[in-house]
Amino acid sequence: MAKQEIMTLNVGPHHPSTHGVLRLIVELDGERVVSITPDIGYLHRGIEKLSESKKFLQVLPLTDRMDYMSSGTNNLAYILAVEKLLGIEVPPRARFIRTIMAEITRINSHLLGIGSAAGDCGAVSMLLYSLREREGCLDLFDETTGGRMMLTYYRPGGVANDLLPGFENRLKAFLDKFPKKLDEYDTLLKNNRIWLKRQVGIGYISREDALSYGLTGPTARGSGIDRDIRRDEPYEAYDEVEINVPVYTDCDAYSRWRVRMDEMRESVNILRQLIAKIPDGPYINHEAAKYVLPEKPRVKDSMEALIHHFKLVVEGLAPPRGEVYSSIEGPKGEIGFYIVSDGTPHPYRMRVRPSCFVNLQAIQKMGPGNMMADVPAIIGSIDIVLGEIDR
Amino acid sequence: MTVNWNRQNFSGEDPEQHPAVAALRRNPGTPVKEVAIFRGEVSAVISPEHSTEALTLLRDDPALAFDLLVDVTAVHWPEREGAEFDVVYQLYSHGSRMRIKVKVPLADGQEIRSVVPLWATAGWLEREVYDMFGIPFAGHPDQRRIVNPPNFEGHPLRKEFPVQGRVRW
Repeated sequence: MAKQEIMTLNVGPHHPSTHGVLRLIVELDGERVVSITPDIGYLHRGIEKLSESKKFLQVLPLTDRMDYMSSGTNNLAYILAVEKLLGIEVPPRARFIRTIMAEITRINSHLLGIGSAAGDCGAVSMLLYSLREREGCLDLFDETTGGRMMLTYYRPGGVANDLLPGFENRLKAFLDKFPKKLDEYDTLLKNNRIWLKRQVGIGYISREDALSYGLTGPTARGSGIDRDIRRDEPYEAYDEVEINVPVYTDCDAYSRWRVRMDEMRESVNILRQLIAKIPDGPYINHEAAKYVLPEKPRVKDSMEALIHHFKLVVEGLAPPRGEVYSSIEGPKGEIGFYIVSDGTPHPYRMRVRPSCFVNLQAIQKMGPGNMMADVPAIIGSIDIVLGEIDR
Repeated sequence: MTVNWNRQNFSGEDPEQHPAVAALRRNPGTPVKEVAIFRGEVSAVISPEHSTEALTLLRDDPALAFDLLVDVTAVHWPEREGAEFDVVYQLYSHGSRMRIKVKVPLADGQEIRSVVPLWATAGWLEREVYDMFGIPFAGHPDQRRIVNPPNFEGHPLRKEFPVQGRVRW
């Protein structure tokens, strides 16, 4: 009889199913996973250290490049923390615009999340379809913010520019088309025998373990944790819309996939409510002139506005001494910023509470007991972006 | 256009009114050195020898039930003699939807007890603090660097570490 041996397999860091530069050290007993040890840090750019030498406005583009699938929510979490520190208010229209952008970001991120998860399991056509629909989100970003992926659109006190005329109609056209596409995905995957075999019961993590591992977002809601910051601690315009939070209790990859599918439908509902309710008015709070940049056209013909702009950009915003933690419901979980200010225009310390980093840690619990071929399915079901894990 | 910064369930002005602070004050084993409130966020300062007991109390008291460890991080204050670091724990309660920040001041090189037995999520969060600040966690099951390579010298988020690094790449 052959001696039983544990084989150590190195996966990555460059491997198509690891969603970036993630290295896994997998111990195998035959085809069965005994343990998974992730090795991260290949994309570490030191964003936290870098931000200590930048001014508050200069940090904003860095936050885009963390979770590059959902820059709209990274920016929002950062800007909310800065506004809390500065103590400035936001006009209602700006709150709605930001919420709209955050919800489109959620659809965008979930589309790539489910697309690549399905692609890893062999359903490559699903990946192509979701990339096709994602283009609709990117076009809406493009026309409003000028950037397709890196928005950098929010400013302390509001947003950089108003929505273009006709944006609401284009968003409505997207929202009319999109749910039909989601139904198509359902016909493709929901009862597909191969998909069920690859997802049901895979990557099991119980509710207790999910709590202990600090899971948030769809990964936690797939394990029966009924928590959504949009509903529980509403920010921006979320207290003016009705939100249903999908929760599944099967604790496996399939329930996490269903949470994401339901959340996209829910985002469509939220977006419909938002465009029905969006008020008129200023898109940035010009009353808080100490911290808010003047409108760009005015900078070109008014001396005072030019001086004001120059002063704010060169000297930076100096908040009072203090420390704030502000978090929002990102597409992948709770994304928060903990900013300590010493009264200078630079953050004394900026800590990002990463959602993917915390969620990925649970793969050490989800992985053992599954087959090696299921490991890509588990990674896909956590929906990680290495840019945010390593920062 | 009024904004209530405080989105959580606690909305008092006095930090002593926060149920978590009140519970820590009631328990003789967890002396609270200091409490502060800024923009509605309550933070309590606890000395390192009482930190584990305080966090256990906050997690296990059924009236509080701070069951989610949101974040563990640290802040470096080099000019604060004898307490160069603050280790900051962010806690959240699913039941009461409240948050509390627990800060533990530490001297350079001083150990703090790991909270991995309480929350598994602390495993990587504490490894990152160790990697970035060089704070050792006693009882951590796997104390290694996490984002920097194992042969890296220094701890990047300390204030004396230069932003541009020490070596030319």
